[in-house]
Amino acid sequence: MTLTSTPAAAIAPAAIGPASRGSRRGRPRGRHLIRLILHIIVVLFMVVWFTPVLGLFVNSFRTQSNIGNSGWWNALIAPLFTGYNYQQALQVIGLGPSLGTSLAIAIPATVLTTFISAIGAFALTRMSFAGRTVLSLALVALMVTPPQVTLVPLLKLFDVTGLYGTIPALWLYMVGFTVPFGVFLVRGFIGSIPDELFESARIDGASDFRIFRSVVLPLSAPVLAALAIMQFLWAWNDLLTPLIFLGGTSVAQPLTVNVAGLVTATGQGEAQLMAATVISILIPLIVIISMQRYFVRGVLGGAVKG
Amino acid sequence: MSAIMTSIPALIVIGAVVIPLLVYLVLGVGEKILGVVGGRTAKRLRPWFWMLIPLALMAIILVYPMVETIISSFLNAQGTGWAGLNNFAWAFSGTMLGVLGNNLLWLIVFPLGTLILALIVAVLFDRVKYERFAMTLVVLPTAISFAAGSIIWRQIYEYQPAGTAQTGLLNALWTLIPGNQPVAWLQADVVNNFALIFVAVWSSLGVAALILSAAVKSVPAELTEAARLDGANEWRIFRSVTLPNILPSVLVVATTEVIFALKIFDIVYVMTNGNFNTNTIANQMYFELFSSQNLGHASAIAVILLVVAIPIVIINIRQFRAERTR
Repeated sequence: MTLTSTPAAAIAPAAIGPASRGSRRGRPRGRHLIRLILHIIVVLFMVVWFTPVLGLFVNSFRTQSNIGNSGWWNALIAPLFTGYNYQQALQVIGLGPSLGTSLAIAIPATVLTTFISAIGAFALTRMSFAGRTVLSLALVALMVTPPQVTLVPLLKLFDVTGLYGTIPALWLYMVGFTVPFGVFLVRGFIGSIPDELFESARIDGASDFRIFRSVVLPLSAPVLAALAIMQFLWAWNDLLTPLIFLGGTSVAQPLTVNVAGLVTATGQGEAQLMAATVISILIPLIVIISMQRYFVRGVLGGAVKG
Repeated sequence: MSAIMTSIPALIVIGAVVIPLLVYLVLGVGEKILGVVGGRTAKRLRPWFWMLIPLALMAIILVYPMVETIISSFLNAQGTGWAGLNNFAWAFSGTMLGVLGNNLLWLIVFPLGTLILALIVAVLFDRVKYERFAMTLVVLPTAISFAAGSIIWRQIYEYQPAGTAQTGLLNALWTLIPGNQPVAWLQADVVNNFALIFVAVWSSLGVAALILSAAVKSVPAELTEAARLDGANEWRIFRSVTLPNILPSVLVVATTEVIFALKIFDIVYVMTNGNFNTNTIANQMYFELFSSQNLGHASAIAVILLVVAIPIVIINIRQFRAERTR
């Protein structure tokens, strides 16, 4: 479709260029007004989306009584900041161990999901076998399974096998739950690697294992990075899964569970809750800001096409 | 053993290094064996050998529990005897009707709201020079957990009685308008559901906008240019050129958001814990499971979630097949 229309369209803008510019000069005031409205709307989005985060950061440095008496924006006029909330959050609420648990859940879950998805995607795209199409369709179906459907039986299964209340149970769950998405995401990428590359490797006598290690893994590094970032954010931010599989055990609860628990525990002040929340979002924020390019790739690769 | 299981560094090393290495070794050894066997058998076995771990994980974590849940939705509270359709009869009666109503509200308002705002972002951000920076700010909340996001917004929705200083930003702005009384956003009926839904929109807009933005940028410039030359205004161009071209991406975003609305849990759990008529099915399920210990009810709720998700699965599979044949 685009192929046939390209030549004509390529000429058209150049030919009509001056004329259209002339008409633009014809109504400058209307155009300026429209540009102004455009900027106002865009800036409004920026403000509404960023202000909540700013408010959290500001309040996390204010004293308990200040937070109770006035809104955070007052601190912009009369700044009075303290690091006390952070000290309290780390010492009294015990965010240190929580931070450890969150890391111990998210890092292995990320590595395992990425590696196992690569293995599955390689087999699915580069080996032919009966049931391949059915398997691809099953992946699409499993990708949208609501997690709630799986919780009760797994709770029983983990209880029987002694995995209940352990961090590896969460790895197992998170990896299993994300692998359909992961395979789907990586599959599209491996499928786009030229066949010749695999052919020449095979002619050189490389085994499938060798091809996987020396061709597939290095070449799909960008998409694997994208998958890793998505899974890290999901694992780090998950509340329901640790609440169900770790809740009420002696293991230090991950940050999400701990922070959510603070909301209902009225004994702790709002000030410490703010500091604790900042601590819980710091690592994901750093990850998304520093690796936004890969995050975008993950979002687009998983959504737009396989 | 238990010392290892509770030591954070040891766990990270086991999960992120030892287990992947073991998987790698198994693959290597398996390939050696397949190489020795050789011939047809090896060729037939190889794909399944590679798929073994991913398939086993999906079977244990997704397929087996799904079957179990469907069965126990027809069992009684303890799972000891059949209950027929009693659990489903319960799920569509009494207080559950309000819960289902709330979810219906989520199912309509959340995807629609996110989609419309994401379209605005995708189309308008494309026309300013500071697009990258603006997009970064909108994407930022996607990195923040719903639990943390809820805490952030609880603070914005904060309510103080009339006459005292408002500590919540929304009420502070709201009471600037003369005659307005402060509103308890999280307690006032119906308003509170919208307040919760907006937190979800704030959180999800980034991903939706990224997808639609990429789609908008991939619409051939000559198409919009041609429409412009024909005298079409910007709205007309959006409606008859841009929108039809990005429809597949709109569909992707819509299905993602519908699924999300279906299983919404965290925001309700943290902000209202289902009080003030804000409860949703996923939160009710958590309650049935841990407070009421009613396995049958919890499973029936899960099955309802699953059934509602089926049309979305079908749409996605169709889309997937259409893309393959293209």
